Amino acid sequence: MAEDIILETRGLTKEFAGFVAVRDVNLRIRRGSIHALIGPNGAGKTTCFNLLTKFLQPTRGEICYEGRDITAMAAADVARLGLVRSFQISAVFPHLTALENVRVALQRKRGGNFDFWRSKNVLNSLNERAMALLDDVGLSAFETTTAVEMPYGRKRALEIATTLALDPQMLLLDEPMAGMGHEDIERVADLIRRVAKNRTVLMVEHNLKVVSDLSDTITVLTRGQVLAEGDYETISNNADVQQAYLGVADA
Amino acid sequence: MKLQARTHAQTIAFVLMTGLLACVPMIGIYPYFVMQALCFALFAASFNLLIGYGGLPSFGHAMFLGTAGYASAHAAKVWGFPPEAAIILGTLAAAGAGVITGALAIRRQGIYFSMTTLAFAQMLYFFYLQTPFTHGEDGIQGVPQGIFLGLIDLSKVLNLYYVVLGIFLAGFVLIYRIIHSPFGEILNAIRENEPRAISLGYKTERYKLAAFVLSAGLAGLAGATKVIVAQNASLTDVHWTMSGEVVLMVLLGGLGTIYGPILGAFIIIAMQQYFAGFGQWVLVIQGLIFIACVLVFRRGIIGELAHALKIRL
Repeated sequence: MAEDIILETRGLTKEFAGFVAVRDVNLRIRRGSIHALIGPNGAGKTTCFNLLTKFLQPTRGEICYEGRDITAMAAADVARLGLVRSFQISAVFPHLTALENVRVALQRKRGGNFDFWRSKNVLNSLNERAMALLDDVGLSAFETTTAVEMPYGRKRALEIATTLALDPQMLLLDEPMAGMGHEDIERVADLIRRVAKNRTVLMVEHNLKVVSDLSDTITVLTRGQVLAEGDYETISNNADVQQAYLGVADA
Repeated sequence: MKLQARTHAQTIAFVLMTGLLACVPMIGIYPYFVMQALCFALFAASFNLLIGYGGLPSFGHAMFLGTAGYASAHAAKVWGFPPEAAIILGTLAAAGAGVITGALAIRRQGIYFSMTTLAFAQMLYFFYLQTPFTHGEDGIQGVPQGIFLGLIDLSKVLNLYYVVLGIFLAGFVLIYRIIHSPFGEILNAIRENEPRAISLGYKTERYKLAAFVLSAGLAGLAGATKVIVAQNASLTDVHWTMSGEVVLMVLLGGLGTIYGPILGAFIIIAMQQYFAGFGQWVLVIQGLIFIACVLVFRRGIIGELAHALKIRL
């Protein structure tokens, strides 16, 4: 049975001046799944993300998205194909309001973005759609609040709303729960589950409870290499993984 | 409501500024001083568009002021262009220089961007020092003012004043429009968080280049107009100290505010004019002002005022 693979890497490798951050990684992400990338600090998870979204250029290897080789593409073009990422540090436009944050994302498909002679009032036609997106992540009350003034968890929600404005096929979330309190974690986890209904999600996450609750497949990275892959059950019983995480040495 | 209050403040400020400037010849202020200040105000505003709204700190902006100056001075004097054509040519020359230097400079970020622009400005300075048509240290003297659009004789000071005011206001309104356009929104987003803008699919270099060229062109408009006013183009306008002076004007008035660069330019030019008797001490005073800006009022005069009144200016 041929699996429906949306994103695949073959021999993905990234070297930084003598240091191999990602070594020969082969990932296969099934369409419609929530796939988690976990591993100890410095395992190369974020580097992997940066390679997949072309914020970094791989040293070797290939990346295929929707059957298309995107290895040599520019970051902005990858985003245009519907493979959209978030960042570890919350990526909002801090001095724009929540509405404006989402509208910036909507603006791209509208076109005419080099129109420097036109009033920005032409963008008001996007406000309704932007409001709907804010509403969708529970942020309608924050419409006129600048992002910098929003609580952390809300900023992450805003980031997701902005990402969703592009209507991406696949979302890459880099530590969506980092630095969040319990309440926020549940809200954002619900949100991820909901947006993943008709999309594919690849996320890097440290919170193992979140990972076990949300993900269909988990890939464990250590020192830039894939250590194990499978569902949560398989992974948590894997002796190598236990050692990597807990430092339990075989006697 | 909040938005309306902001718009009102800006409208009132615009009416006030325009009214004041329109009255200048009637209240006995030396019009040549004001015309010179208006040219520098437009220059500062163009620089502010790039650094304050585009987040691109150019340290070589004088190259556009000076390039436009030489181009229009040469066109008016040697080729006999009428003033409007000379000004347009100067503006285009600056924009052209902006395309070339910008395309290379925007590949670098932050201080490296600044250093690249400074390097280009220095290269152009030495080019203008050596090349025959600029007459080196002498500059291009006796540029004819001519008849604007075949109707207005610019050798009459009142005519010249209102034409310069018109050019300044047109440039000012264009900058305001750029900032508040769909393009301005993207530019703002890029300044706020460039990686995020890329991840949303924006090819940010193109927006930065467009901003760079627009800013260069507007600086050129200022430089070309200045040449018609002063009737000469000289090396002062391409010297690196001029690039530094415009930084000071913008910082003093308020970086990223619409009116800050205008006020900043007027203050600096007024200081040079009225403190001329102090000789080199003017530079010391400028240095002290710069230190004061950095230490105590980082938002600049207009920036601090807008902050205190909770309005946008």
